[in-house]
Amino acid sequence: MEKVLTRNIEPGKAPTDMAAYEANGGYQGLRKAMLGMSPLECREVVSASNLRGRGGAGFPTGMKWSFVPMDDKCTPGHKYLVCNADEMEPGAFKDRLLMEYDPHQLIEGMILSAYCIGADLSYIFIRGEYVVAIERLREALDECYAKGYLGDNILGSGFKLDMYVHPSAGRYICGEETALINALEGKRANPRAKPPFPQVSGLWGRPTIVNNVETLCNIPHIIDRGADWFKSLGVGEDAGTKMFGVSGRVKTPGCWELPMGTPIREILENHAGGMQDGLQLKGFLPGGGSTDFLTQDHLDLAMDYNVIGKAGSRMGTGTMIILDDQTCPVGMVLNLIRFFAHESCGFCTPCRDGLPWTRQVLEDIEQGRGKTEDLDTLEYQINYIGAIGNTHCALAPGAMEPLQSALKYFREDFERHISGGCCPYHSGKGA
Amino acid sequence: MSNAKMIQSDISSVLTRQEMAEIDHELEHIPYKSGAAIDALKIVQAGRGWVSDESLQAIAKYLDMSSEELEGVATFYNLIYRRPVGEKVILFCDSVSCWIGGCDSIKQTISDTLGVDYGETTDDNRYTLLPVPCLGACDRAPVMMVGDDLITHLDDNKISEIFSSNKSGVQS
Ligand SMILES: Cc1cc2nc3c(=O)[nH]c(=O)nc-3n(C[C@H](O)[C@H](O)[C@H](O)COP(=O)(O)O)c2cc1C
Ligand code: SF4
Repeated sequence: MEKVLTRNIEPGKAPTDMAAYEANGGYQGLRKAMLGMSPLECREVVSASNLRGRGGAGFPTGMKWSFVPMDDKCTPGHKYLVCNADEMEPGAFKDRLLMEYDPHQLIEGMILSAYCIGADLSYIFIRGEYVVAIERLREALDECYAKGYLGDNILGSGFKLDMYVHPSAGRYICGEETALINALEGKRANPRAKPPFPQVSGLWGRPTIVNNVETLCNIPHIIDRGADWFKSLGVGEDAGTKMFGVSGRVKTPGCWELPMGTPIREILENHAGGMQDGLQLKGFLPGGGSTDFLTQDHLDLAMDYNVIGKAGSRMGTGTMIILDDQTCPVGMVLNLIRFFAHESCGFCTPCRDGLPWTRQVLEDIEQGRGKTEDLDTLEYQINYIGAIGNTHCALAPGAMEPLQSALKYFREDFERHISGGCCPYHSGKGA
Repeated sequence: MSNAKMIQSDISSVLTRQEMAEIDHELEHIPYKSGAAIDALKIVQAGRGWVSDESLQAIAKYLDMSSEELEGVATFYNLIYRRPVGEKVILFCDSVSCWIGGCDSIKQTISDTLGVDYGETTDDNRYTLLPVPCLGACDRAPVMMVGDDLITHLDDNKISEIFSSNKSGVQS
């Protein structure tokens, strides 16, 4: 397979600086756009490529950009492009790799994306713990200003763009794009009501696009090599390649760039090396901590947005978490719910009060104090907290996804905890 | 004496010239002063380790905010410390992949070795132990950060290697 996003990334190799990036075709897309394509032409290529957002929701990128008011339809003032590099979804570890080893790819993608929407200011909103990525991105930005790829009149095109690395001060909710905008404005990171959508009224009330790191890293290649080439990379319904990851007790956990539509079994067995000796696969979350469990029965599905959606889960971040047969599913779901309860921003009641209640019920079950009625309570909570529209943002419904599917596939495990009055796994990790 | 002048002298007795210059630098691309609230908290914390009441009030004045409003911002974010922390903060990942990898028992080993639980600082002031959301290194779980360093593939041996020469004296 042709490596696209990781063509400059090799484990153990030095990260890519400007010279290495350019020697391998870097900034060709930027040259092509600045020297001969209008923003509209660039946007049309991205739309035609069928690129879908890699941040979790899979929204078509070209369509998202099309809502930004352009030219004389836009009131005078700034427009913003923001890169979402918050990566705190439990089990997600793909954006770190892209930023640490090839910072210029992201920056080139951002310059091109800013050009497409007419933005003149851009931010890389990155979690503060990513100290290595922050440093490498800052060095790369300096190289870009020195080369005239950022600043006034980029490559003589008349296009002007400034870019800043903005390290965050923490909290998972900052990854939600409107909460992120509030954090960038120096406020508490509570999500905003939509509409208005950020494309129209985002940062400081101005048109703003927020895109994930991996989404933006695709843009230079799409502009350079075209929509048809990009579409041809996928082996299923979706276009391009994807960073797929596997964590949990497999032989070789890791993150690999593979064609969109790669079967789950291939990722698990060929790349992650299968389960560690003595362990069986019990289930897995296909796209991070807020996606529904799938099981053995789903291994032959293609990692495509709609295929995983039809199976009752979500592609999410494309980084899978594996549950083995000797790890307690109740304990695993409890760990996730504890995370989401802790990370609730506190703005709306079903999430702020509901998630700690769910956590309490799960703790009771896991620690052997559960009652049969508790399963009904969990169902009630799933229906109430999990319903889109009952909460102000998608954090709480996302939190319910692993729980609802665990109850569906591993109900017996919940029942055994209750009838036996203890955790049957006794792995010492359950408490 | 004008009020504004008094406030100005208050601020500069707390914030250093360097800190104010760094905050001003941020303000260059931020349309409202309060927009630099988080940046300012981080700038002050970078030099002092944490944000004291006195610092918080000075920053609030500098940015024309009420200190209550700035307090609301400061306490929202887990990487802003409103209490003193040790020389290095241990950010211990207890999210799902690290949990599957057995992080609960490793956390116990750290607590036993250093004599601290979450939120506590060792007696010798070297380390503060805090939990952190998934550190995005799940293929190398279990992981933690000690200061700016990411430490992966944690096990009990690694923990004693890292901390054995640094015991806080709270040994049992
Ligand atoms: C609670 C929550 C956390 C999120 N965290 C992230 C994140 O860390 N990184 C990310 O790219 N998107 C995250 N998202 C999705 C963003 O809101 C947004 O959809 C995404 O950045 C859009 O980028 P894309 O269109 O390129 O996928 C999160 C969403 C929610 C509800
Ligand atoms: S669902 Fe949770 S995180 Fe989202 S706004 Fe409500 S309280 Fe905040």
